[in-house]
Amino acid sequence: MSDATESGPTEASSDVRGAAADAGTAEARTGAAAVDDPILRVEGLHKSFGGITAVDGASFAIDRGVLTGLIGPNGAGKSTTFNLITGFHQPDDGSVYLDGDDITGHRPHEIANRGLVRTFQIARELSEMSVLENMMLAPQRQAGEALWRSVTPGVRGDVRADEAELLDRVWEMLESFDIDHLAEEHAGNLSGGQRKLLELARALMTDPDILLLDEPFAGVNPSLEDRLLDHVHDLRAQGYTFLLVEHDIDLIMNNCERVIVLHQGKILADGTPADIRADERVIDAYLGGDV
Amino acid sequence: MSGASGSDASAGTTIREALDNDAVLVLGLLLAIYVGFYLLGATLGFQSNGIANSLRRVTFLTAVYAMVVLALNLQWGYTGLFNIGVAGFMAVGVYTMAMATAAPDARVPGLGLPLWVGVVLGMLAAALVGLIAALPALRLRADYLAITTIAFSEIIRFTYLSSTFQSFTVAGTQLGTGGGSGIGIAHTPDDVVIALLIENPIGAVLYAPIENLLTGWGIVPNVVRGWVYAVALLVGVLAFYWLLSRIAHSPFGRVLKAIREDEDVAQALGKDTRAFKIKAFMVGCALMGLVGILWQGSLGFVNPNSFLPQVTFFIWIALIIGGAGSNTGSVLGGALFAGLLFEGPRYVANVVDQSFQLGSAPSTIAGGVGPLFAGDPIPLVAYTLANIAPLRLVLVGVVLIVLMHRRPEGLLGHRKETAASIDLGRPTRDGSASAGADSIPVGDRDTGGEGR
Repeated sequence: MSDATESGPTEASSDVRGAAADAGTAEARTGAAAVDDPILRVEGLHKSFGGITAVDGASFAIDRGVLTGLIGPNGAGKSTTFNLITGFHQPDDGSVYLDGDDITGHRPHEIANRGLVRTFQIARELSEMSVLENMMLAPQRQAGEALWRSVTPGVRGDVRADEAELLDRVWEMLESFDIDHLAEEHAGNLSGGQRKLLELARALMTDPDILLLDEPFAGVNPSLEDRLLDHVHDLRAQGYTFLLVEHDIDLIMNNCERVIVLHQGKILADGTPADIRADERVIDAYLGGDV
Repeated sequence: MSGASGSDASAGTTIREALDNDAVLVLGLLLAIYVGFYLLGATLGFQSNGIANSLRRVTFLTAVYAMVVLALNLQWGYTGLFNIGVAGFMAVGVYTMAMATAAPDARVPGLGLPLWVGVVLGMLAAALVGLIAALPALRLRADYLAITTIAFSEIIRFTYLSSTFQSFTVAGTQLGTGGGSGIGIAHTPDDVVIALLIENPIGAVLYAPIENLLTGWGIVPNVVRGWVYAVALLVGVLAFYWLLSRIAHSPFGRVLKAIREDEDVAQALGKDTRAFKIKAFMVGCALMGLVGILWQGSLGFVNPNSFLPQVTFFIWIALIIGGAGSNTGSVLGGALFAGLLFEGPRYVANVVDQSFQLGSAPSTIAGGVGPLFAGDPIPLVAYTLANIAPLRLVLVGVVLIVLMHRRPEGLLGHRKETAASIDLGRPTRDGSASAGADSIPVGDRDTGGEGR
């Protein structure tokens, strides 16, 4: 469980360890920062593809209502970690807990239905579907998703009522994201940034508790990036939990309350942006130095 | 409807508007095909009975192709499930029906059940075989399903062909597939449907004058009765269309569409995509089983050679012509394929043969190509016409290649039909939403999480 020794006995690590010790958590996890109320907990996650180890015993926990960033150089295992948490890959070893329940090895839709919803690195809008259809798809447990109810005369009225109710929410959401003017447009015709907005709005339609955003700012122009960030901060203020994978370190450092650094499949550092900034191992990892 | 109001421009737009109307589009195409076959028949010197019969046959083929293409459209057009075993599922439907309804003392003994029970059993069996084929393959990527389905289709055909199952005993009951010699249909759906429609007091009263009128024109009663079945099948097309449009315009259909576009996204949004795919696949297979019954069952006799893989490819070509993803396109594709590619060439070949007196055709292609170098193309043309049935396949292939180059989306595949049970326009009562721009409305967050 405690891979704390993995993080190496360099001087700078004492910062991070110190933080954990301050909080007085008895079972200090992998030199992780103090977490009082974890909504998501990952323990000893391990995954290899053929001979390549992508994630090598990563353990961390995400505090409820906190905006956490996950960074790391290319190939550090960020996306694989995401896929392991969200059920798109099965871990070789280790566990994932959501709200204390073990969700390791559950299928992606089960995990999404439990309130952990992800977005994708390359925006995966459903391009042949309109923005409205994209949004209408997302809400869970729709009455009309049962085939018989959608087809049988008599009960279809319920389906339509259900849809009308959803439609109100969809339009409100589109308005709040300022993409209501694109509603009838096919998602494939949207710009890269608009697609990212759509993906976030669509994920919100599922009523998630925690959102895992995989590089939500990649390929987004600066003004849209600001808008996306505003939305993320708004939502965090409303009590949503976020885990953000991002390449842009400055962006993470300036916006996240907590940062986890992944390197070669292991947790290299975990703490406040200030802790991370001061951590020499992180700098080494990014500059390709020896760790 | 009243369109002829003056200028060319307005007439043009009226026509264009009319073409946007699906009913006009389909009926117009059917009418054009009828006119074409009427002219071909007249050129060949057919009497009214012959023409009526050729139109009946075109109607019949159009209807069965339209229905089976609609079923395939649910699987491929909406859900992206690559089923190239259509013939096999049709075979399961009609064979199950035949075995259930055959008399216990017939040459190939059966259970002696009434037709409707046979139809239900046939559809259930086709759905069940679909489930068995899909279960292992749906966990994998699309192409594996294609390989599995075509393999299943051939396994099914060879099973029915096998002499092992020619007749066998299950729990003391004699059953059989008839093996290579096929199995007779005890109650053919056409006889049953025709009897149902015209052998009741109301039907008989309505039907009598129609038959009198048509026999007066020299059309034999059998052909008139055949028309009754063909029209009943067209009603069947409407029923298929209704069902599949309802599926398409529903939250269920929306998930299918999302699976076609990107299954991972559908999963990430909490949809159990495997369950949706299996449901869509089974419904499609059950409908294919039904079409197998209505089509092959009405011929009075089935044998395994009616279910060669080329049958599946014909159906696929009809779907591609019409445009995958569009139900109206599926009907158009079925009509175009049945009329122009399947029946048409035979008639055209006869007309050419009759009008030009080409003489006897050479027996080999070499005999046709040889004289070509001597500047005499007649033997090659004669050879082509004499072998028009197999050469239809070549024509179909050429059409497919041209289509893939020129219009890969088919006639109506470009259409975007919204997958929802209601109009997705902006709700009229506005105002409150834009006022609360500082908070993001997420509905009932507290009640929304009963899943944990």
